[in-house]
Amino acid sequence: MADKRMTAAQAAALVRDGDHVAIGGTLYSRTPMALVFALLRSRRRHLTVSRSLACYEIELFLSTGALDRVVTSWVGIGLPWGLPQIFRHYVERGEASYDEWSHLAMGLRYKAGAMGVPFLPTLTMLGSDLAATLDLQTVSCPYTGQRLAAVPALNPDVALIHAHRADMFGNVQVDGYRHMDVDIARAARTVIVSAEQIVSTEQIAARADQTMLPHFTVDAVVEAPHGAYPHECYGLYGPDLAHFDAYVASVRELGPAAGLRYVQQNVDAHADFAAFLAAAGPGRLAALEAEARELLPE
Amino acid sequence: MSDVTADELMAITASRLLADDKVVFAGVGMPLLAAGLARRTHAPRLTIVLEGGIIGTSLLPGKLPISTNEMRAAYGAQMLTDITDIFLYAQRGYFDYGFLGAAQVDMYGNLNTSVIGSMAHPRVRLPGSGGANDIISLCNEVFIVTQHEPRRFVPRVDFITSPGYLSGGDSRVRAGLVGGSLGAVVTDLALLDFEPSSRRMRLRALQAGVTIAQVRAQTGFDLLIDEEVGELPPPSAEEVAIYRELRDGPERVPAGAA
Repeated sequence: MADKRMTAAQAAALVRDGDHVAIGGTLYSRTPMALVFALLRSRRRHLTVSRSLACYEIELFLSTGALDRVVTSWVGIGLPWGLPQIFRHYVERGEASYDEWSHLAMGLRYKAGAMGVPFLPTLTMLGSDLAATLDLQTVSCPYTGQRLAAVPALNPDVALIHAHRADMFGNVQVDGYRHMDVDIARAARTVIVSAEQIVSTEQIAARADQTMLPHFTVDAVVEAPHGAYPHECYGLYGPDLAHFDAYVASVRELGPAAGLRYVQQNVDAHADFAAFLAAAGPGRLAALEAEARELLPE
Repeated sequence: MSDVTADELMAITASRLLADDKVVFAGVGMPLLAAGLARRTHAPRLTIVLEGGIIGTSLLPGKLPISTNEMRAAYGAQMLTDITDIFLYAQRGYFDYGFLGAAQVDMYGNLNTSVIGSMAHPRVRLPGSGGANDIISLCNEVFIVTQHEPRRFVPRVDFITSPGYLSGGDSRVRAGLVGGSLGAVVTDLALLDFEPSSRRMRLRALQAGVTIAQVRAQTGFDLLIDEEVGELPPPSAEEVAIYRELRDGPERVPAGAA
């Protein structure tokens, strides 16, 4: 077992131009934001990004010219924030493409990748225009003749995952939902994990039933307290909905230029993610922590 | 109840379709409110399942989740698993009901949440399927809840994100969709279903005070009309009060009140 600890900047350097990067978590839950910010800062080009449900980080990659293709099932923040206008701008003008799969199909694509098989059969997506647009193939069951959709494996070049705890070797634990993270990581060729806390292997072993990924699936471990902020991290801190409001208000005011401005102000202007957190202020983080504690079962 | 909004009317009508002891796969927003209302009225043992991996959420009034994947969605839950796993329960046939809204619905119950215009030249690129395609493909009985207006009730959807009865007849089963069915369409004007052989949308019952002519005028295609069109009982004061408490939280007693 090797010591895999490094900084977010060192980890982001593992991503190359043209790579397919899968982002763990879902929507605004346990998004590996410290790693996303480091990747935004590196200004990679011609990336493909996949996710189960994509939030506004997609718009930031589009706005910095990093992204050619999005592979997901849904893009937006949520109903109260309306349609994702920067995303619309790029996709409606043909400047970026959106491969739209159903949510289960995304999950099965990662799962096939994680299982080391080229496809998985499923009963979803059949008969839809999604299937026709993606040229999704069907197979006949060799035993019964039943018709099934064959969703192709997805093996990302790099997976970015945020977790509650990891040791220096990459044994990774999360609390609460696992989203699609297990399959995303096991499907990917290179796996970068940020963790709220780096703990000892003894601490991992004390709760071995909580371990989501074993060390041999992980290539880099980055310590990142509050590393999902402004998104939530189950049990630790809630989502900063006011931050989303401000972003959407800025998009409404400035149009697509708001995306680059957000990156300049929140990513480029700070030396690292810790400085971005410091600018958000300890009071705000403490309030989000209190919100999460209220929701935990007693 | 004259001050009931269209959203409230639809959610209350939909909640009555959910029987006790069943399992409902709900999305956030109105479907979740309808399911929560059913649990607080006639169906206390209804199990609510959410896409993020939640089984048996009990909902904190006034703090309903905006995303099916956030911590709020897990309030009081009996089990947390992952997204793919939740959909595989659906594929196995465990979920009695699915609940969907849509930007567009056509006479066969096909739904579009992907694009207005064509995929090659979109006028508006919408967020996409999310779990909608899976829910309509895999849940045993699906309810569609949407406001009744011609721009939503179109002859043909621009894009079939989520397959209903496709082109009618047995085309859904022929496409390989062997599990699910479409139970009803709930709107602010009416309750509709799909005629069993043609699978075309059919008017079954009217919301209180609504006429057949009004429903026809708000539907962009030729609607089948059931032999006997009933009238839905209006929302009760209790249903409206419970719904609003769930949405807004417990009513605060004004300062100074006894």
